[in-house]
Amino acid sequence: MLFVAPWLITFIWFTLGPFIASFYLSFTSYRFHDFPTWIGFENYTRLFTDDAKFVRSVLNTLYYTAVHVPGIMLLAFFVALLLNQKVRGQPIFRTAFYLPSVTAGVATAFLWIVLLQPNGLINQALGLVGIEGPRWLTSTAWAMPALILMSFWGLGTTMIIYLAALQGIPQHLYEAASVDGAGVVRKMWHVTVPMMTPAIFLTAVLQIIGSWQVFTQALIVTNGGPRDSTLFILLHLYRTGFEYFQMGYASAIAWILFVIILIFTIIQFGFARRWVYYEGANER
Amino acid sequence: MVSTEPITIRSTSARVFKTLVRILVYLLLIGGSLMYAIPFVFMVRWSVMTIGQFYEPGLIWPIPMAWENYSTVWNTGPLLWWILNSTIVTFTASTVGVLAACLVAYGFSRVEFPGNRILFMVLLSTMMLPGHVTIIPQVIIFRELGWLDSIVALIVPGLGGGAFYIFILRQFFMTIPIELDEAARTDGASRLGILFRVIMPLSKPAIATVAVFSFIGNWNEFFLPLVILNSPDRLTLAVGMRYFSAGQYGAQMHNLQMAISVIAVGPIIVAFFLAQRHFIRGITLTGIKG
Repeated sequence: MLFVAPWLITFIWFTLGPFIASFYLSFTSYRFHDFPTWIGFENYTRLFTDDAKFVRSVLNTLYYTAVHVPGIMLLAFFVALLLNQKVRGQPIFRTAFYLPSVTAGVATAFLWIVLLQPNGLINQALGLVGIEGPRWLTSTAWAMPALILMSFWGLGTTMIIYLAALQGIPQHLYEAASVDGAGVVRKMWHVTVPMMTPAIFLTAVLQIIGSWQVFTQALIVTNGGPRDSTLFILLHLYRTGFEYFQMGYASAIAWILFVIILIFTIIQFGFARRWVYYEGANER
Repeated sequence: MVSTEPITIRSTSARVFKTLVRILVYLLLIGGSLMYAIPFVFMVRWSVMTIGQFYEPGLIWPIPMAWENYSTVWNTGPLLWWILNSTIVTFTASTVGVLAACLVAYGFSRVEFPGNRILFMVLLSTMMLPGHVTIIPQVIIFRELGWLDSIVALIVPGLGGGAFYIFILRQFFMTIPIELDEAARTDGASRLGILFRVIMPLSKPAIATVAVFSFIGNWNEFFLPLVILNSPDRLTLAVGMRYFSAGQYGAQMHNLQMAISVIAVGPIIVAFFLAQRHFIRGITLTGIKG
């Protein structure tokens, strides 16, 4: 028991306590320098009936999640497959693909601001293949795709997890499939993908949780704009809580965010039984 | 005898096909990795350019280099304090945090105590809990403790180990045969002795993985310091950099943004290269693959 004490203490003090407190605060009006006053469901009613920005932020975040998560998983899977082809210089390629995940944060955001300028590197590259790039960051239609594009640069961790899983697939399964006359495609579909399902499931859960909490890019690159087209839930929470100091109301936003993520996670665990294959799970 | 001919034809074409696929794989890898790594080269290049040189056609590298960008950045904000603060936070939170994670993971993998399983389930579920849900009461707690505007608030919550790191280490500790513990115990080792002399040396790759994750996470942490810190000389580098957010200067600042980005990204890239061999091995060996 003594061994788990460090975690238990910080958990109770900085997670469990605040978790319960934020539930309470979400039913109050609280401006940080006064006492919270109980106002019942008023914050929640306001969120859904009288706060267009909040609804917008939920839809924006949903849009981002719907494209970012499948996109980054497919891309990371593809890169991991390439890296798993027993290529020379594999460590160098691997490091190159992982590097952007190491530097995630404000520096990456600054870099992408420059890359996404109307005459920046990305539009220059598009110009080489005859496409006229959009004005990414100042267009309400293109700002969100710009942030999603930027997010694909950070596929490193997902890719490394897939690579580790690919390397863990026993070779004899492929040999057995060859004996049965399976080609490349069928080996992929009947050996690789089933053996990868635990890794795919894990990354899907983590990516969805992370993508509902996008913040840094939205604040630094677009600051929610133009015209709220990249206003994410967390950015709305930050402004409400720490710029306008409406902390009761911000707590209600936090709880909606929590419930959304909880629902997504529960749905994923519910469906997991149908498609995730755990080796040796039958024997247990 | 007759059937050998078509087979040789097929195997030659199969070989040609295989070679083509290999060439394609290399082309995709080279192209892709350039797309992922080249922006860093551009970051350095832009950091030593004047704004006028940014879109100058045909210019490959600026001569003379505009080193004054770095001195401008250095003189604009208390950069020394930001670097110092970030370093203190990253080192304390990472080293103590990883050590604590080892202790806790050992507790969950080796020590039977009442509530063991339930607490582990709680730990797993906190991994699903978005950290930002608790931010407002956390800030209130920090205020009551007098930690607002202080890096202490960035260090202390992580000292318990962090759920994800504990989980990774616990999964790895479980793969170490319990017989080794028993052998050490008959030699008179205490529980702590077993952890430090048997389990931890055998878990170097897993510990390296967790340490790298923790180091990167702490160095790049943005949301919490943004909310907690206020005075210019108390900021961490990640938050201080915000001074160079475009604002009214717009494009005039891009070279300065690149200069401070190089300063911020440099240490973490160096640290990653130092640890990467263990780090990759750790990911392959630990249960992170699901």
